[in-house]
Amino acid sequence: MSKVGWIRLAIVLGSVGLLEILCQSGVIRPLTMIPPSRMAVELWKLGASGKLAPPVTKTLGNVAAAFILSVVFGFIAGLLIHALPRFRRALDPLLASYYAVPFFVFYPVLIVIFGMSDLPIIIIGFLFGVVAMIINTLNGLDRVPTVLLKVGRMNRMSALQTAALIKLPSAAPYLFTGVKLAVAYSFIGVIASEFILSGSGIGYDIAYAYNNFDNRTMYALMLFILTTVTALNMALYIWEQRMLKRRQGGR
Amino acid sequence: MAASVETMPDAPKTMRDIHAPVHASVAGVTRIFPAVGEQPPVHALGPLDLDLVKGEFFAVVGPSGCGKSTLLEVLAGLSAPTEGSVTFEGQPVSGQVPDGVGVVFQEDASFPWLTVWDNVAFGLRRAGFDASEITRRVDYAVGFMGLADFAQAYPAQLSGGMRQRVCIARTLVLQPRLILLDEPFGALDQQTRLLMGDELLRLWRETGATVLLITHALDEAAMLSDRVGAMSARPGRFIELVETGWPRERDSRIVSEDSFGRLTGHLWSLLREESMKASGHQMGRQK
Ligand SMILES: Nc1ncnc2c1ncn2[C@@H]1O[C@H](COP(=O)(O)OP(=O)(O)OP(=O)(O)O)[C@@H](O)[C@H]1O
Ligand SMILES: [Mg+2]
Repeated sequence: MSKVGWIRLAIVLGSVGLLEILCQSGVIRPLTMIPPSRMAVELWKLGASGKLAPPVTKTLGNVAAAFILSVVFGFIAGLLIHALPRFRRALDPLLASYYAVPFFVFYPVLIVIFGMSDLPIIIIGFLFGVVAMIINTLNGLDRVPTVLLKVGRMNRMSALQTAALIKLPSAAPYLFTGVKLAVAYSFIGVIASEFILSGSGIGYDIAYAYNNFDNRTMYALMLFILTTVTALNMALYIWEQRMLKRRQGGR
Repeated sequence: MAASVETMPDAPKTMRDIHAPVHASVAGVTRIFPAVGEQPPVHALGPLDLDLVKGEFFAVVGPSGCGKSTLLEVLAGLSAPTEGSVTFEGQPVSGQVPDGVGVVFQEDASFPWLTVWDNVAFGLRRAGFDASEITRRVDYAVGFMGLADFAQAYPAQLSGGMRQRVCIARTLVLQPRLILLDEPFGALDQQTRLLMGDELLRLWRETGATVLLITHALDEAAMLSDRVGAMSARPGRFIELVETGWPRERDSRIVSEDSFGRLTGHLWSLLREESMKASGHQMGRQK
């Protein structure tokens, strides 16, 4: 591991260690927070008891659905909007102010339409993630060098082939930003929806544990979310760095 | 249809096959870029006529910004002429690049996400060649271009000249019948340039392809081609089509011949004034 890597690890372990000491010594009261080591133990027990698997499957399934929809739909919408400059100019201010809208106000409407199923949750997660993907797709497509598209035309490639084999890889560094945001937003959208109005999923279980003063389950689930999201982001980060290194070489 | 063919006063008789059929031609072509915002329309090219006969090596020289790249795009079918027509192998060229036309662009057009080998194989894969044929052609071209040690490298790890060679190889493996090259040796040093010129000549002889080479180096144009089209300042037109009269079997050693010096001298006399006009234009604009 590099020196920077060691420093990073030290920061993380140091923070966790500090929290552990504060909790163990009673500075932070057990009713407020249980020590991190306890969280890990509780998470382990929860996993072993088999009570973790159903909500995790449900939540991660919804997140995956919202994420995949955001990325695929966002990329295709980005391609189409990019091909229509006038439409895009009309749309630009709307896209820019999109995240000012608190989507959760639509949640009741979605429930009325789709019922208390997974669908409203997935839609909220999708609504959160998709525009980040669209914006970053447009950004990336703007930067595809024209000459690469001419190479596509020289090889008489169809619009679809050009999109998949030239535009997509050429814009990949920018798309990656969109993908990372879509992961984060899908998680936020799905878990927050489960919090508010749902009968299952990790978000629901956290809210349920909270309402029943079940600190141990609550923190165990939080730890689970935290480690999952971090691990996922780390994997994406490593993948991204590998790609960038290849493409930018030593420059 | 073709612009009047003048010959240098004491140029040797032409060696190219003037009886060969016309392979590609542009007739009465102009290209005007429409106004964008405050920027008035740009009359970039023409009216201009040119007949390329099958198997000839034609070079285009002219001052910067005179419309050379524009001519190439029109000829390749990458952009439509404002007026006039373009034909390739007797068929009108419109809207798309005809099969059998290969282009090497002025800018770096290598794909940064593919290795050198995959870059070179790109067109062959699109054209649906089978794997063994692709391997055979790509291995040969990569070696031919002196890139064998870098086959698995990515363009970011190459020099500008090497990247340009990747693009040349990617076009040549398709074995185009008409090869359009836009300053392909721009990023190379003079020695490599001469050697690459020799390679290009060898390839041209072997394949019998028709070549149109855009270059800013007068000596390169004089050394490589059967005919040199000298272009005026923008809007680009041919001031003169100069026959070089070289034999088909030739290489960079002709630079030491007397007629080579006379030829480049003549090209320069044609272009000196135009080049001054071109740069004068720009100075005038800045005021
Ligand atoms: N897409 C475009 N839109 C507007 N004007 C253009 C466009 N492409 C080229 N031009 C103009 O057309 C003229 C000719 O350009 P072109 O690229 O053909 O010149 P060139 O002879 O290839 O120059 P160089 O030797 O510098 O490559 C220039 O004045 C340029 O400004
Ligand atoms: Mg040019």
